[in-house]
Amino acid sequence: MIHASTTAITRPRSLDEALAALEKSPGAVLLAGGTDLMVAWNAGERHLPERVVDLWSVPELATIGVAGDALHVGALATHSRIVGSPEVRAHAPALAEASRTVGAAQIQNRGTIGGNIANASPAGDTLPVLLAMDATIVVASRARGERPVPADAFWTAYRRTALAPEELIVRVEIARDRPQVLFRKVGTRRAQAIAKVSMALSLRRSAGGAVEDARIAWGSVAPTPVRARRAEDALRGKPLDAASIGAACAALPQDISPIDDIRSTREYRLHVAMAILRRALSGWVG
Amino acid sequence: MVPGRSRIVGDSPVRKDAFEKVTGKARFVDDLSVEGAWVGRTVRSSEAHARLRAIRFDPAFDWSTVVVVTAADIPGENVIAAIADDQPCLVDGVIRHAAEPVAVIAAPDDRTAGEALRHVSLDTESLTPVLDHESSDQALKSYEILKGDVERGLAEADLIVEGTYRVGHQEQMYIEPQGIIAIPRQDGMLVQGSLQCPFYVHKALTRVLGLAGDEVVVAQTVTGGAFGGKEEYPSMIAAHAALAARKAGRPVRIVYDRREDVRATTKRHPATVRHRTGVMRDGRIVAMDVEVVMDGGAYVTLTPVVLSRGTIHAAGAYRCANTRIRSRAVMTNTPPNGAFRGFGAPQTLFAVERQMDRVARALGLSPLEVRRKNLIGVGDTTATGQLLTDSVGAREVLEAVATAGNVELRHAELENKPRVDGAHLARGLGLSVYLHGAGFTGSGEAHLRGKAAVALGRDGRFEVQVGSTEMGQGARTVLAQIAAEELGVPLDDVDVVTPDTSIVPDSGPTVASRTTMIVGSVVREAAAALGAELGAAYPSLELRAAAREHAIERGPLRVLREYRPPPDVRWDDAAYRGDAYPVYGYGANVVEVEVDLDTLQVEVTRCLAAADVGKAIHPQLVEGQVQGGTLQALAWGYLEELVLKDGRVQNDRMTNYLIPTTLDTPPIETILVERPYVRGPFGAKGVGELPMDGAAAALASAISQALGVEVDTLPATPERLLDLVRGSR
Ligand SMILES: Cc1cc2nc3c(=O)[nH]c(=O)nc-3n(C[C@H](O)[C@H](O)[C@H](O)COP(=O)(O)OP(=O)(O)OC[C@H]3O[C@@H](n4cnc5c(N)ncnc54)[C@H](O)[C@@H]3O)c2cc1C
Repeated sequence: MIHASTTAITRPRSLDEALAALEKSPGAVLLAGGTDLMVAWNAGERHLPERVVDLWSVPELATIGVAGDALHVGALATHSRIVGSPEVRAHAPALAEASRTVGAAQIQNRGTIGGNIANASPAGDTLPVLLAMDATIVVASRARGERPVPADAFWTAYRRTALAPEELIVRVEIARDRPQVLFRKVGTRRAQAIAKVSMALSLRRSAGGAVEDARIAWGSVAPTPVRARRAEDALRGKPLDAASIGAACAALPQDISPIDDIRSTREYRLHVAMAILRRALSGWVG
Repeated sequence: MVPGRSRIVGDSPVRKDAFEKVTGKARFVDDLSVEGAWVGRTVRSSEAHARLRAIRFDPAFDWSTVVVVTAADIPGENVIAAIADDQPCLVDGVIRHAAEPVAVIAAPDDRTAGEALRHVSLDTESLTPVLDHESSDQALKSYEILKGDVERGLAEADLIVEGTYRVGHQEQMYIEPQGIIAIPRQDGMLVQGSLQCPFYVHKALTRVLGLAGDEVVVAQTVTGGAFGGKEEYPSMIAAHAALAARKAGRPVRIVYDRREDVRATTKRHPATVRHRTGVMRDGRIVAMDVEVVMDGGAYVTLTPVVLSRGTIHAAGAYRCANTRIRSRAVMTNTPPNGAFRGFGAPQTLFAVERQMDRVARALGLSPLEVRRKNLIGVGDTTATGQLLTDSVGAREVLEAVATAGNVELRHAELENKPRVDGAHLARGLGLSVYLHGAGFTGSGEAHLRGKAAVALGRDGRFEVQVGSTEMGQGARTVLAQIAAEELGVPLDDVDVVTPDTSIVPDSGPTVASRTTMIVGSVVREAAAALGAELGAAYPSLELRAAAREHAIERGPLRVLREYRPPPDVRWDDAAYRGDAYPVYGYGANVVEVEVDLDTLQVEVTRCLAAADVGKAIHPQLVEGQVQGGTLQALAWGYLEELVLKDGRVQNDRMTNYLIPTTLDTPPIETILVERPYVRGPFGAKGVGELPMDGAAAALASAISQALGVEVDTLPATPERLLDLVRGSR
């Protein structure tokens, strides 16, 4: 529960105001939809901070649109808006798919992509998709202005990110010419389930059918969302056949480090990761 | 009344409580505004087993702002009255489980109470806990049922089939967590709250507070689900709230949040069941030897009766000349397990139904054939020697699902389907058939003699007065229907009062699928007697007019009746033989699944549920019971899993103790079978628990067929299935 007597809440009305507020008190906690924060506060998993900057009314952060070669998704875009956005559907349908699996309607109405990214849970559903799409996470501070961070460099350790204390996430940029991404989430039930394993996969193949580029990203199998680089290497330059698929699956256990926890087991996660990768590659068309 | 003539019974009128619930007008205990009420919080142990040396109150907190209650403040006995009276209200000396109440703190507001709680610590000396029921040697109760000669039956059998089955805890997960408010009064204590059995709470309070019966009043507030979980634990919370209210001299409300509720309150008993079955080549079962072990947790609570029901149901819906069922419940240092829809029967019925599939496989028969050959019917006797004489719908429910599910063909088709390497999905079909004793076990109803009253008010309307509670299942509507039908007045003329121990007679607890059948029959008798009295007073008037005249001229009128057990129902408690229940409900399920071979996730693609309920007083509510119970059983089968570590619940939130969402709910095709029970009101038998009994077994069976393994342990999570599949390779 938030007690106003101990927590000061600032509610900026523009990006400038937000950045100024953050500069004034670096380390203030940014509040977007609150669907991660409120739970953590209520459960006593996080202490109530002295300062909260509530981003909910910053219009610049909420836009979704196409700018030049890229799709721009504002950090404050809710999962519901992402699901409903024609631009996202056209240029990054897998992102809409991932957002559609976050919690249920109520959570999707409040929860934002910026919150999902900054919360940095290894189970965050949009994160593997952003990795597979080679997305750029644009962050900003008042002092330094905007700074693009490749998704590959954003999640640095368990629940740690490349975000500096006076920075916030402004938007996500996804190039429009990226190959399509296949997203698969394995949860304990069909809705309102945190992923036990999730996978986002994209392949680019030459006219001859050889794999030119592969990005295979995972959730819930390591301290951060991760790319399976050895598995990707096993595919690169090869035709997509039993041999290369077998090699990629065999390499996968070295890329990921799943654990036993309340939701599943290491054994199961390893098995499922390999099985869904094999299935996805075997059925790959295009 | 001739059933054919009825207009109210057998119809599905709008529930009496629908409007207030749908419009948000219903007031739950947390919604009540009570002048000057303080908030109560519970200090709990965190160790499974320890000696409590001292409770330390950090001087950094200003203790003058709150009230603290410990065992030393109890004016009466430090006990939560139940079967064995072994559970203290607040720990005094030895901690026996990791969520045991040690003290209660009452404060003007939530925040102060929470602050205070953080400044209490326990000084303890750890003891070695027993955490696993299979290795506990502390039996708290045991039974033995003997019929025929099991050893001879086994010796004569062509084949002996053995199996061991294990099931885990299940959390009731009612929508509204538990809560009670205690209000001190000049002449005693008023307690209101979310509860199933007001008279249980009443009894517990008189003991703890050392008050006379008329000094304690217990009233139910609108209750958001219970499933057995509010049968015994409200006595504990009520005692805590009342002790705090007494010491603070003001009302104190204790409402658990979800985490405390999941950690501390009772769950379904985990169990291990072993079967040895002697069968003949033609499929006849000639011997059943069953051993049941249930985990009672740290205190006796209701475990002896849960075990009793589980024991009696352990032979399932089958006839067998030579049966031996030996059961015991043991103690562990885990939170006490207690009542949960089905009350011990789902555990043992799961085992016997899986065992029947094993028998079928061993004999090369289909699951349907084996069941058809051995199914109990009129003229057969149960394991306790009860002769079944009427209202036996076993055959009907089995054949109903067999036909609707095209079971013979579908099962064979799936059995013979070749396995394809690299296939993505595997399909299977499972079947179950079962019975559920309605009403209390053995001599329970005879001892209890549940009472019910029907009264004519000053306004010429009628009131049903019972201790039976509405907790979402529809009791208020069904009991009103029974009275209205019997009186011959519109349903709107009849209300059911909210249970309040100072107003209503003790009808017995709202448990054991007994409310419609047992209490309903007493309500019907009382209504008939009241109708007769009004008719005699105004012979020329229609009943409604007579009621109005009576109300004006002579005032209100009330008729009280009590349950008289049928004279031919005989039970021998010492030998555990005889008529274990006045009658049984029967159920059957067919479940078809699709298992994803990559993830071992299970999807139920078809689910049939047939139930013989005698007579559906309110068919829509019955269907609701069947669907809800079936879903709860399916979820127990594959999804719901309580994780304990060192005796502490690890998944105490809805985010990690998962129950099915709408998307996880398959369409459940309900088939109602009505084999009237002559002594039930209009032929009705109990239905509340029956649907919990069989779907998990049918599901496990379907998964077993799909994967070519035997699923003997619940829940059949993908992780467990992976182990099974790997083990079978
Ligand atoms: C019932 C329930 C179910 C859920 N199910 C899922 C699920 O299935 N999949 C899933 O991935 N998640 C799930 N979540 C988690 C959560 O909803 C998502 O992570 C959501 O995207 C978080 O967004 P938010 O705006 O609510 O974040 P908030 O709670 O507001 O913030 C989360 C974190 O991000 C930081 N932050 C927010 N915005 C910014 C910004 N612009 N710049 C820098 N930092 C920022 C905050 O400081 C905080 O640390 C669930 C949560 C609940 C309560």
